[in-house]
Amino acid sequence: MDSYIHILIFGYYPYVALIVLLVGSIVRYDREPYTWRSGSSQLLRRKQLIAGSVLFHVGVLIVFFGHLVGLLTPIEVFDMMGISHGFKQLAAIIVGGIAGVMALIGATLLLHRRLFDSRIRATSSFSDTAVLVLLYLQLLLGLATILISVDHLDGEEMVRFMEWSQGIFTFQSGTADIIKDVHWIFKLHLFLGLTIFLIFPFTRLVHMFSVPVRYLWRPGYQITRTKQKTRTAA
Amino acid sequence: MKIRAQIGMVLNLDKCIGCHTCSVTCKNVWTSREGMEYAWFNNVETKPGIGYPKDWENQNRWKGGWTRKKSGDIEPRMGAKWRILANIFANPDLPEIDDYYEPFTFDYEHLQTAGESQTMPTARPRSLITGERMEKIEWGPNWEEILGGEFSKRSQDYNFEGVEKQIYGEFENTFMMYLPRLCEHCLNPSCVAACPSGAIYKREEDGIVLIDQEKCRGWRMCVSGCPYKKIYYNWSSGKSEKCIFCYPRIEAGEPTVCSETCVGRIRYLGVVLYDADRIKEAASVEDEHDLYEAQLGIFLDPNDPDVIAQARADMVPDAWLEAATRSPIWKLAMEWKVAFPLHPEYRTLPMVWYVPPLSPIQSAAEAGKIGIDNEMPDVRSLRIPIRYLANLLTAGKEEPVAQALERMLAMRGYMRAKTVDGVIDIGIAKKVGLTPGQVEDMYQLMAIANYEDRFVIPTSHRETSEDAYDIRGGCGFSFGNQCSGGTSKTNLFSTTPRKSVRTPTELIK
Repeated sequence: MDSYIHILIFGYYPYVALIVLLVGSIVRYDREPYTWRSGSSQLLRRKQLIAGSVLFHVGVLIVFFGHLVGLLTPIEVFDMMGISHGFKQLAAIIVGGIAGVMALIGATLLLHRRLFDSRIRATSSFSDTAVLVLLYLQLLLGLATILISVDHLDGEEMVRFMEWSQGIFTFQSGTADIIKDVHWIFKLHLFLGLTIFLIFPFTRLVHMFSVPVRYLWRPGYQITRTKQKTRTAA
Repeated sequence: MKIRAQIGMVLNLDKCIGCHTCSVTCKNVWTSREGMEYAWFNNVETKPGIGYPKDWENQNRWKGGWTRKKSGDIEPRMGAKWRILANIFANPDLPEIDDYYEPFTFDYEHLQTAGESQTMPTARPRSLITGERMEKIEWGPNWEEILGGEFSKRSQDYNFEGVEKQIYGEFENTFMMYLPRLCEHCLNPSCVAACPSGAIYKREEDGIVLIDQEKCRGWRMCVSGCPYKKIYYNWSSGKSEKCIFCYPRIEAGEPTVCSETCVGRIRYLGVVLYDADRIKEAASVEDEHDLYEAQLGIFLDPNDPDVIAQARADMVPDAWLEAATRSPIWKLAMEWKVAFPLHPEYRTLPMVWYVPPLSPIQSAAEAGKIGIDNEMPDVRSLRIPIRYLANLLTAGKEEPVAQALERMLAMRGYMRAKTVDGVIDIGIAKKVGLTPGQVEDMYQLMAIANYEDRFVIPTSHRETSEDAYDIRGGCGFSFGNQCSGGTSKTNLFSTTPRKSVRTPTELIK
């Protein structure tokens, strides 16, 4: 690839995508809270949703946290724990592969439902369909990288991706060069991933920020509100 | 003791004529919007029937309300918090829109634009979700109106439990009643408990349960959590919505739209004082039969000086305390005990109560005899089985319902004797445990039902919490962020563009 475009995409684009993700989400949360929702369509059609949504979400969550921990943990931590690069890559391929296939099966059910169920198609916005297509492509690309990775199981290429992503977050110069020679499928996977970050605040994906785990330790069950701010003071 | 006030509602089913004015006016005001076409904050069902949505009273299926665990604690029937959260990707207990009905409109325009033809043009139905032609409407709001459909289907009604229902399928024995339903604004709401976002809350000042539309994320657990199925998921906005008890009207001291427009004058609104510290205790009693009395037990006498002193300490305004002493809800539910909660066995401590309906005497011969003796007929000979009403209103306990019906019959007998024969029949009042004065009060409130007696609503005291100077020039109720009417044509955050307000002149252009 032309070196200029390579640096643009893998050196600068990550910052653009992450800033839009961050600022866009804050602006939307602050200015348009009424639009901040998961956008469930279960009410309109239950068929294919139960299996599709559970498989998709569980699979994607495993893949997402696998990427997060796998890419952003300094390699020294793994070295200290005595986990060899080859073993880490193999574990990533196996766990990611299984979760990826789960997510792909779920996404297939959901995408089929979204495109071919009249109720769901009629009530989908452009972004609802687009984000699902993008995630579907991303899953396919991610699974396709496994085919390349099995040819070199020493884990060195994986380490390069770790260095690249950590380099981005630590503002290193020349980060893009680290992944200059990787297979184009990897590059496409990265580019699409960054693009998903970029469009994140403008889609229903924002519901990821609102995972209601707080519910588990919310005291009691009941919630009341009062307008009288001075209830105790008075 | 922590005293809170609530605006409660009572519906006198004895006077409901099933005209649906409440439903229609409510719909016109609150739910005539995209995504909410199928939703009726207020609907009127013909009972017996499976209702709206289908089979809503079957909590084995929908998992609404609370269950009492062996330990004596209560938890949502859907399960503990982790269990609810585990279903967040797909809620197995969520009704589909077909359980309500697929909303539809008709091709009215075709009536005007059709060309000349041998037959009359017709307006055929069209789905309001997909916009496609609907060849056949399978179900609609109030599909079972006035015993519509066959008995075998209607008799799936859950309130037939313990009733030999077969004979009620025969024409000679059939019975029916109307049941207007809205959000119960419970003291122990299970929708609030099931909301993972913490978006649903009960207002301490007036007890109205609301969904914070900006905090709701559409996890749709409340839809299952509510045993009355009175929370509706708006498929367009992706938020859940519910009856708001017309709080802008209540705050101004006006009755809700459904109450205001009720032509039968069956609805009552008034203040109830209750002990908020004893909610859990009342909701957790072991025997379901005791739940009705347990709820009565936490209502507080507005004339008791101790209650008044404590209520003042708990910041209940004096105007509310004064209104509580004139509350029609207190009289109907506590003093005369003729009003009952809907399905107390759900353990939500509902605050919309019902006066059970009287019905014709089953045997004509008996009816004649009664006319002569001016005696009270046995309420068990009424056409609607007591057990059926008890299943609806007291978790199956028949005595309180029987007493209420007797009191209503006694009121009729007493007033008949007074106005027709010119006799004050103290005996008939005594027989049902009331004084003549109480019977005449009952008559005034239940039969005459003057506007100012039905609706005793103190205005809310916003001046204590808001500075009117700060909110001058505010926008009132609007969707989205404050005053933005959504005039921007671009739409960053993937919502359907909001309709901007258009003036009549713009429309003409």
